[in-house]
Amino acid sequence: MNYADLFRVTLPETALEVAALLVLVIDLAFANKAALKVRVAVAAVLGVLGCCAALALLPCAGSGGFRFGDEILLASGGVAAIAQTGILVLTLLTLLLFVGASFTRHAGEYVAVVLMAAAGGMIVASAQDLLVIFVGLELLSLGLYILTAFNKQSEKSAEAAMKYYLFGGMSAAFLLFGFSYLYGLSGSTNLPRVVYGANIAAAHGGTPLVILALTMVAVGLGFKVAAVPFHLWAPDAYEGAPAPAAAFIASVSKIASFTLLISISYTALNYMRLLILNSHSLAGRSFGVASVSGGIAPFQVEFSVYYGWYLILVALAAASMIVGNLAALAQSSVRRLLAYSAIAHAGYILLGLAFFFWGNRSANAILYYVLTYGLTTIGAFGVIQVVERATGSDKLDAFLGLHKRNPLLAAVLLILFLSLAGIPPLVGFWAKFNLFAAVLAVGAGPVSLSLVALAIAMSAVSLYYYLQVLKRAYVLPAADDTPIHTHPVTMAVLLAIAAAVVVLGCFPAILQNWIASFYPAF
Amino acid sequence: MLAFAIYLSFAGALVEALLPNSRAKLARWLALAVATAGLAIAVAGFIAGMGQGRMVIADCAWVPTMGIRYLLAADGISRVLVLLTGLAAVCGVLFSWNIEHRTADFFAFYLALIGGVYGVFLSFDLFLLFVFYEIAIVPKYFLIAIWGSTRREYAAMKLALYSFVGSAMVLIGLLASYAASGSHSTSLIDLAHAGLPASFQMWCFPLVFTGFAILAGMWPFHTWAPTGHVAAPTAASMLLAGVVMKLGAYGCLRVGMALYPHGLDPWEFHFLGLGSWRDIFALLAVIGILYGALVALVQTDFKFVIGYSSVSHMGFVLLGLMTLNQIGVTGAVLQMFSHGIIAGLLFAIVGRIVYERTHTRQLAELEAMHLSRRLPFAAWAFVVAGMASMGLPGFSGFVAEFQVVVGSWSLNPVWTVATAVGIVLGVAYTWRALQKAFFSDKMPTAEDHPKEGWHSLGAITWPEYTGVAILTFTSLAVGLYPRILLDAIEPAVKALLAGGIQ
Repeated sequence: MNYADLFRVTLPETALEVAALLVLVIDLAFANKAALKVRVAVAAVLGVLGCCAALALLPCAGSGGFRFGDEILLASGGVAAIAQTGILVLTLLTLLLFVGASFTRHAGEYVAVVLMAAAGGMIVASAQDLLVIFVGLELLSLGLYILTAFNKQSEKSAEAAMKYYLFGGMSAAFLLFGFSYLYGLSGSTNLPRVVYGANIAAAHGGTPLVILALTMVAVGLGFKVAAVPFHLWAPDAYEGAPAPAAAFIASVSKIASFTLLISISYTALNYMRLLILNSHSLAGRSFGVASVSGGIAPFQVEFSVYYGWYLILVALAAASMIVGNLAALAQSSVRRLLAYSAIAHAGYILLGLAFFFWGNRSANAILYYVLTYGLTTIGAFGVIQVVERATGSDKLDAFLGLHKRNPLLAAVLLILFLSLAGIPPLVGFWAKFNLFAAVLAVGAGPVSLSLVALAIAMSAVSLYYYLQVLKRAYVLPAADDTPIHTHPVTMAVLLAIAAAVVVLGCFPAILQNWIASFYPAF
Repeated sequence: MLAFAIYLSFAGALVEALLPNSRAKLARWLALAVATAGLAIAVAGFIAGMGQGRMVIADCAWVPTMGIRYLLAADGISRVLVLLTGLAAVCGVLFSWNIEHRTADFFAFYLALIGGVYGVFLSFDLFLLFVFYEIAIVPKYFLIAIWGSTRREYAAMKLALYSFVGSAMVLIGLLASYAASGSHSTSLIDLAHAGLPASFQMWCFPLVFTGFAILAGMWPFHTWAPTGHVAAPTAASMLLAGVVMKLGAYGCLRVGMALYPHGLDPWEFHFLGLGSWRDIFALLAVIGILYGALVALVQTDFKFVIGYSSVSHMGFVLLGLMTLNQIGVTGAVLQMFSHGIIAGLLFAIVGRIVYERTHTRQLAELEAMHLSRRLPFAAWAFVVAGMASMGLPGFSGFVAEFQVVVGSWSLNPVWTVATAVGIVLGVAYTWRALQKAFFSDKMPTAEDHPKEGWHSLGAITWPEYTGVAILTFTSLAVGLYPRILLDAIEPAVKALLAGGIQ
């Protein structure tokens, strides 16, 4: 173990933590006499600076990752770096949205918790070890619980945080339970070794145990990404949390969790690739563990374990797509509508994970989707925040006549929601196309095709509820004609996001090339 | 050069979107200028392309990693339909001259729709085509929902969802074809050369064809069309019937039939006498012709008559496509153009000239108004348009429907006969509407007659004269000298039938 390596790899996280502490200290020591507006601005600016510093330090982490012996604990470069950049940029945007919000007097604490949660997310995105994963997830989750409860004047906020916390605690227990089985089966907490050990165990008749462990892990992670049937916390949390916090939950934590799922799939498939490459000389090839015995062909071994994981993912994906989209139809609160649509989007992404391939194609498509989805959702919550401040409600009818009350805001809403619905040439369409093309490129069989058909059919359904909001903004007459004023920073952020959604949609190669630039050239 | 019709329309839409709604006059003239420039480009492109095959307009890498290209090209079929779009766009602006409510917004959505339509007709990359196809959906929703009449929100949502379901089916087909051809390219030419397996084409063809045909108003997926047409503001119904339904038919031809020619092959078995997808779609087309005509015959709302007549006329297009012979498919393409012009004219008369003055579309109420005396221009314009719609010789509809009917003989003579019945029914419903709306037998009684005389219905304005003149002239010109368009259509259809779109 080399502490210099650890320091180097975790430099961005360190920057975030330092910024978090600085925000706390400065807010307590110097700014407590100042007006709330000033304190919010100072805290947000410090937080943004912290994110910028972390972004600047990200390349210093190199691509080797942090190893203990020959076991990798924290990855850097590649998928991890892409996800971390995404996390930092989106955190920065949610902090800027906080400038226009007024739900709390504890500006310093809020920004500090956001930064720490973002650091947790970054660790999750790079972790390659069960224990590190768990620590990262808890750091992230605890931050999210606090952020959900941050509006102390609102009963809903407290209730949502309580639900979120209880569900979260339970899912963490499931996850840990699954991890402990995996550890028991493989004798290691290191991801590649766990995969290897689980396969060996399956070869020796331990398949039911492995499947049980994987199911537990899927329960725990399914909760994090809000996949059906572990989604019940999402509508409440989205509805109760203050808007910038909800934006953070909907974007940053999604990126972290899905990157974790990518890491797991990568490791599992990398093992499969090694099996195929070395199917004749498997024994002790990569990890020096005893060779597979018992006369079972290595492919079948791999298949039984991987097939179980695949089935779990497919079931979660299909359930999330159907339930999320159909439940969203019945919502009258735009926040809850976004929550159910988030569940549906998680379903699409899980489909990409179920049909994963060890090349970069699948990982890139999923990252593309999560990053652009996170960006769009932050914008959507920004609009909701503005409308809520003006009307005091997030019901559909609060958006009545928005085009008259603030044409610019209505235009932003139009772009973002059409992007979420997957209308070209906006970025949401590209993300979907890219993802589904990747799914079909992996397995062009009837199963993958019918699942993609289901996903596309469901996204046709989704147009209906997105149009319900846009209809109120553009078509129906306004109940109240008074103009809605926005904070200039909020408006600037929203315009930037809308512009990015359009530009990235018209020139999708920009983001694809950017993602590709993180991999070593072949 | 044709590509500038797309860019200009979108640029116009953007400017209109930024324009405040109080500048109604400026918005109108700007829209007219943009639409006219588009028409000029379309005409110039049409003339420049005479006697030539497919011409590539723009070709550059768009998403290199996925092999998607920004590929615009035009063959004879594209050029004809682009010309139609230009004409419909100009006339649509002319017939929306009286829109006072959120004028700039109206023309922003309008021009965005036009831009998308131009894009579809010029795309030779399936992906690009799909992008433009979807761009055209959203403006339609807002045009109807904001500026429409009769149950507009319902009709707008229905139309948007039908279109989106159709395009979802196309997207599935697109993704499947992309994957099946090895994920190298989405260019129509490359996909046609990819040698997609016949078994794959056998299920992908009906999927994609139906997806597009929903927008072409194929029975039984036509129900969005009459409600949508009726609810839409005049310009939008002109565009819907005139151009947007053609998007669907064009997609059926350019994508469905050209990419999956083996999807039309006979099956090994017969089911109720139907032996291939070709038979099924031809049957649906014939049902559409008869059903649309019969339903149009009993409508009480003037605009619904025209709405259902569109379903009937689009049936000719689909039947023409399914004949798979030179004359039938040529007729189908010509019918697309012809119906675009005639339906635009009919909707303009009913929706703008008559409805905006009488504020009713109920035939029973119109009967009591003696419009032939009070609005002689409208009455005679409708006589001309009705004759064109019935398919009388001398108008474009005659040439087109005649070719389709001749072509359908080789498919199945029974359907030719049924189609001929459809034409007769077309005469009947047009005649009925004409008589009820304009030339009622009921003479005004003394009580009917207001003492102070009939109040004036308002003079016909210059945009209305101009629009009617353009559309009537076009239909007559094509009807009297169809070679103008046929010379462009025939070689393109020949190439397409000879083996996809090599």
